[in-house]
Amino acid sequence: MLKKLVLALALSSVSTLAMAQEPKLGGTINAVIQPEPPGLMLALVQNGPTQMVSGNIYEGLLRYSKTLEPQPGLAESWTISPDAKTYTFKLKQGVTWHDGKPFTAADVLFSIETLKVTHARARNNLVQLDKVEAPDDYTVVFTLKQPFGPFIGIFEVGSMPIIPKHIYEGTDVKTNPANNAPIGTGPFMFKEWKKGSFIQLVKNPNYHVKGKPYIDGIYWQIIPDAAARSVAYETGKVDVLPGGSIENFDVPRVSKLPNTCVTGDGWEFFSPMAWMWLNNRNPVLANKKVRQAIMYAVDREFAKDVIWNGLGKVATGPSSSAIKFYTDNVPKYPYDPAKAKALLKEAGYKGEKIRLMPLPYGETWSRWGEAVKQNLVDVGMNIETIATDVPGSNQKNSEWDYDISFTYLYQYGDPALGVGRNYVTSAIQKGQLFNNLEGYSNPEVDKLFEEGAVATPDSKRKEIYDKVQKILVEDVPVAWQLELQFPTITNCKIKNLITTGIGVNDGFRDAWIDK
Amino acid sequence: MKKFWKAMLRNPGGLIGLVIIFIAIFIALFGQMIFPNSPWRMVQRPFLPPFTNPMVTLGTDALGRDVFAGLIYGARVSLLVGLVSTTVALTIGVPVGAIAGYFGGKVDDALMRFTEFFQTIPSFPLAIVLVAILQPSIYSIVGSIAIVSWPPVARLVRGEVLSLRTREYVQAAIVTGQSNTWIISREILPNALSPVIVLASLMVANAILLESSLSFLGLGDPNLMSWGYMVGAGRTVIRQAWWITVFPGIAILISVLGMNLIGEGLNDALNPRLAKDSR
Repeated sequence: MLKKLVLALALSSVSTLAMAQEPKLGGTINAVIQPEPPGLMLALVQNGPTQMVSGNIYEGLLRYSKTLEPQPGLAESWTISPDAKTYTFKLKQGVTWHDGKPFTAADVLFSIETLKVTHARARNNLVQLDKVEAPDDYTVVFTLKQPFGPFIGIFEVGSMPIIPKHIYEGTDVKTNPANNAPIGTGPFMFKEWKKGSFIQLVKNPNYHVKGKPYIDGIYWQIIPDAAARSVAYETGKVDVLPGGSIENFDVPRVSKLPNTCVTGDGWEFFSPMAWMWLNNRNPVLANKKVRQAIMYAVDREFAKDVIWNGLGKVATGPSSSAIKFYTDNVPKYPYDPAKAKALLKEAGYKGEKIRLMPLPYGETWSRWGEAVKQNLVDVGMNIETIATDVPGSNQKNSEWDYDISFTYLYQYGDPALGVGRNYVTSAIQKGQLFNNLEGYSNPEVDKLFEEGAVATPDSKRKEIYDKVQKILVEDVPVAWQLELQFPTITNCKIKNLITTGIGVNDGFRDAWIDK
Repeated sequence: MKKFWKAMLRNPGGLIGLVIIFIAIFIALFGQMIFPNSPWRMVQRPFLPPFTNPMVTLGTDALGRDVFAGLIYGARVSLLVGLVSTTVALTIGVPVGAIAGYFGGKVDDALMRFTEFFQTIPSFPLAIVLVAILQPSIYSIVGSIAIVSWPPVARLVRGEVLSLRTREYVQAAIVTGQSNTWIISREILPNALSPVIVLASLMVANAILLESSLSFLGLGDPNLMSWGYMVGAGRTVIRQAWWITVFPGIAILISVLGMNLIGEGLNDALNPRLAKDSR
């Protein structure tokens, strides 16, 4: 009897072990979407929440691993010519749109033409594109004007979503009724959107990767209040809290709840980096020594440990450590108030008033502004905090009406896509919210970024970017703070959700529920 | 005057209120000497519970700032806002009410319709809108609190003046050809003062509450530590750290209670009918 029992136990434990490896079919996942997206047609709207929902409806030619290596998506394989000017993609055969029509190279060509009009970032990514052709139904050839290193990194679903030609051809893409019920090739199909309540996606039974997706569907729950989102997770109404769903101060508490898994992965492609714009036009901040003093004065380790609960990394320079050509071989700015004071004295700072504008994105950013202000006051700077709301802060930033202002921007995996835009002279434009707001202009930096974008091979690019990072860190055009990490919190029964560099945005394809 | 103080001190509520407010004023004036450090300075590890470290008796907040220092500095902001905004409200409300009550007729109509215009809008939402439009700062907060709290003063003063201007001594002053300004300021207002003083003490309490509510909603002056700000900032972590919200909450409660007790005491002391009864 005993023997039998032991055997049975042994067998069952073996089988559970084996089962743990095998994805299980079925089940529905409830996830928070915050805020409610303005639309789901990815070629028109590129807000964070839109990308998060629609990245599971649409697909790009490529997917990117957590280390940003390209992986097959709608393209099965790809080759780059030796002169780095021709990119040939072999498309996957037997892929169908959600309405059953076959997907072909014509859809890709149509998408690119559309995106050039509707998608600002795609337009930028495609400036070096000379022409794109489809020699047959399953081959697409991109020809570039000159080699453009980051080109292989622009085929992610949010950057270049492929949309159905047969639905949009000959219509006004912006007003096409299909935008309300988007049709893609992805693992999930749009089912219903009850405004202010939920967005429902269901499994695509004809998905081109056999056996996937494992789950039957996703409910994206719309819950406007941060505290209510925490409660929804605690009570089991939702199983997935994507990064930024709940206030940072609540993260440690929620993370400690039983059966809760937390990961900072899945943001590598965006690698959001927080910094403070230092208005180089301000007579005080125009002095490099003052800007360096600010770097020494601010306790960034404290910000990371206390305000961001230990998530993220202290930034060493303009590039996030997750993107290509990052180097930490640059001047370092440890927390050193004494040195900051000395630099301010050298610079002849006499207590001129400097305005500090925190980002009006909730408690975390308010606290961060307060901590930085105190750091700066401690080294003898005269800081006044400006309180404002989102439109007010956008206006002040874009009109250059600030002295120090918090922000965070995405870097998109390559310095030519996400870094250079913040420091080159040509990106100084009044009225825009991003790019070179600080008014830093250095001909050498301009030249290096220009060369870095088109240099080949990668070793040459690395050399150039090493150099430019060194110059920038020495000059401190803006005060880099943290490489942000937005933890994704899930019920541990959800497995394999974060498998790529864009995390939840295209992760439901591989996710499954352990029952 | 002596009689007034006697009456005031005989009333236990008024006495307690006076003690509370004197302590609050003392803290506001001299707190900086005890705590020379800014309340924004991060002095200890965050979320330190109260009564565990003698250096930070009441614990630390989410950034490791001393809650006790925050209370001390917050007293200054709360009292300052309370007193200044009440003064401003009085300087608007008293003349408006006096002129309306004294001259009557069309002037009265015009001024009272104007006053009602403000009275019909709920005061707290109006204060929020004003502060949001003007951008939060100590000036916009004081200004908006004053703007929402002067109408009751005007109505009260008008009522008093209406009844006083029919008195014989006022009629006599008019007959002897005194100027209107002189009559209002010398004959009428001094006699209308007692209810206004009582109202003013309650307005201070109300202003402290309004300022705290504005700060709680994140519309406080970001450069000043106030009790409402402390409650608002601690609200998100109330389940982990009760002390960040509870202590400033108690401070608000006590000071508002103090002002109300004073108002009660003033009412008893200044009301001649009540004063006679108690004798």
